[in-house]
Amino acid sequence: MPYIPNTDQNREAMLKRIGVKSFDELVADIPAEIRLKAELKLPKALSEMETVKEVKALAGQNHPASSLISFLGGGAYDHYIPAAIDHILLRSEFYTAYTPYQAEVSQGTLQAIWEFQSLICALTGMDAANASMYDGATALAEAGILACNHTKRKQLAVAGTVHPHYRQLLATYAKGAGIEIIEIGFKDGATDLEALKKAVSDKTAGVLVQHPNFFGHLEQMDEISGLAHRSGALLAVSVDPISLGLLKSSGEYGADIVTGEGQPLGMPTSLGGPYLGLFAAKKDFLRLMPGRLVGLTTDARGQEGAVLTLQTREQHIRREKATSNICSNEALCALAATVYLSLMGRSGLKQVAGLCLQKSHYLAEKLKPAFQAPFFKEFVIRPQQPAEKLLEDLKKDGILGGLDLGKFYPGLKGHLMLAVTEKRTIEELDLIASKING
Amino acid sequence: MNFPKDLKYTASHEWTRIEGGTATIGITDFAQGELGDIVFVELPAIGAKVSQNKPFGTVEAVKAVSDLNAPLSGEVTEINGALEGTPDVVNKDAYGAGWMVKIKLSNAAEAANLMDADGYEKMEKHGH
Repeated sequence: MPYIPNTDQNREAMLKRIGVKSFDELVADIPAEIRLKAELKLPKALSEMETVKEVKALAGQNHPASSLISFLGGGAYDHYIPAAIDHILLRSEFYTAYTPYQAEVSQGTLQAIWEFQSLICALTGMDAANASMYDGATALAEAGILACNHTKRKQLAVAGTVHPHYRQLLATYAKGAGIEIIEIGFKDGATDLEALKKAVSDKTAGVLVQHPNFFGHLEQMDEISGLAHRSGALLAVSVDPISLGLLKSSGEYGADIVTGEGQPLGMPTSLGGPYLGLFAAKKDFLRLMPGRLVGLTTDARGQEGAVLTLQTREQHIRREKATSNICSNEALCALAATVYLSLMGRSGLKQVAGLCLQKSHYLAEKLKPAFQAPFFKEFVIRPQQPAEKLLEDLKKDGILGGLDLGKFYPGLKGHLMLAVTEKRTIEELDLIASKING
Repeated sequence: MNFPKDLKYTASHEWTRIEGGTATIGITDFAQGELGDIVFVELPAIGAKVSQNKPFGTVEAVKAVSDLNAPLSGEVTEINGALEGTPDVVNKDAYGAGWMVKIKLSNAAEAANLMDADGYEKMEKHGH
């Protein structure tokens, strides 16, 4: 809705209609002693030209990924965003659309979400996907809650190789729900299977892992799946959707719930958001899934149409027994992902994943990774120079050198994690290698 | 409104037919009318234990979900498989084909806490 300021005539007419002589009469109930008597000390109003100049100066302090050579990953990545995405997203029919509660006037939005859900099912090998969650972190936490609700157990085994922010968020959710979190240690950059075996019992509701994990390494999903299921626990895995262009779909190794961060599918890194939580599961868990679900049906005239469905899971109908407090989604981001996946198709996504794999391995060969486990597009090194100093120096050359792992893992002080996407050219890879190797 | 005489009733609109040490359980005709078209019934597994007045499952209509409360305590011996494919049979025949679970009673004396048909009918007539 456009902003239209009130004119003096508008104000007069409103006061007259209400039946008061001045605005002060409307606030007469506020005690005089707490009312501000002086004028608000605001700077002089700026013209449009002056405002643009000021805001541009503020925005200019940002260094977008497009202005730097980025090797920064850790959950959000500098992937290429095809121009077609903005063309479709910025159409006002999509950009300004509200939540599609009224199906009759929302078929465009609903159909787009239905396509999104279908694409996520195809990618992950699951039976049902919701309309999205806020981000990968909350999506994984919800998966943990679902596992507890389904099994009626109150313990979750979580790999230490899951994103530190995701684990922190999970701890917050678990505290309120009285759920016990057992963290599983890692060896050589991947989950220690012996430790996992010892930790999982008939008290465990779910095993939560990330694949590829936070360090970029592949986990042994067949073994982990077996360990979870033999104790009656569910397997929830947080994935990088780009990696699914090459890796086995999660359904193939027995995942019960698949979550993930959809940012790589056509959204910028945006200093942390808005992002896109992916949530999909096997049909046994459909009624326990959080969030919004779109379904296809036929109307009273036999015409095919889409609607929000199974809303009895949601808090506005089920109150304290709702499966989650979330009844919203990231519609515009989900649309971006839908356009991205439609544009790329299977072969395009495979190509993007292949480029990430090849380029990251090209660079890794020059830099000597710290861990030997197989990896996808991210890996860890232990440079000669202190990580903080190295990153500062690289920044001066317009390079975002990666993530200082010492911030998150005290045992990994001095270690740096680099992400290589399809955007990085051979020249850029050679450049950072020469800067690090000295 | 239908209040079969051979059944016992709870204040939360479940009925039960007691036959020796077994009881069949469902929701009343009044309850199905209030809920509207039933789309899903969530039932416990065979072998699950249920307690009098405690929830043992849920019944879902398009716009509401209601708990199913056990009229008596016991162990579930049978569940009505037909409800998975055609949950609306509860709307059509709440006291017959719309039965939900059968249990083996653990404490037959609990039946004294239930209403008979007249008691339930009185409760309906006076609102609740």
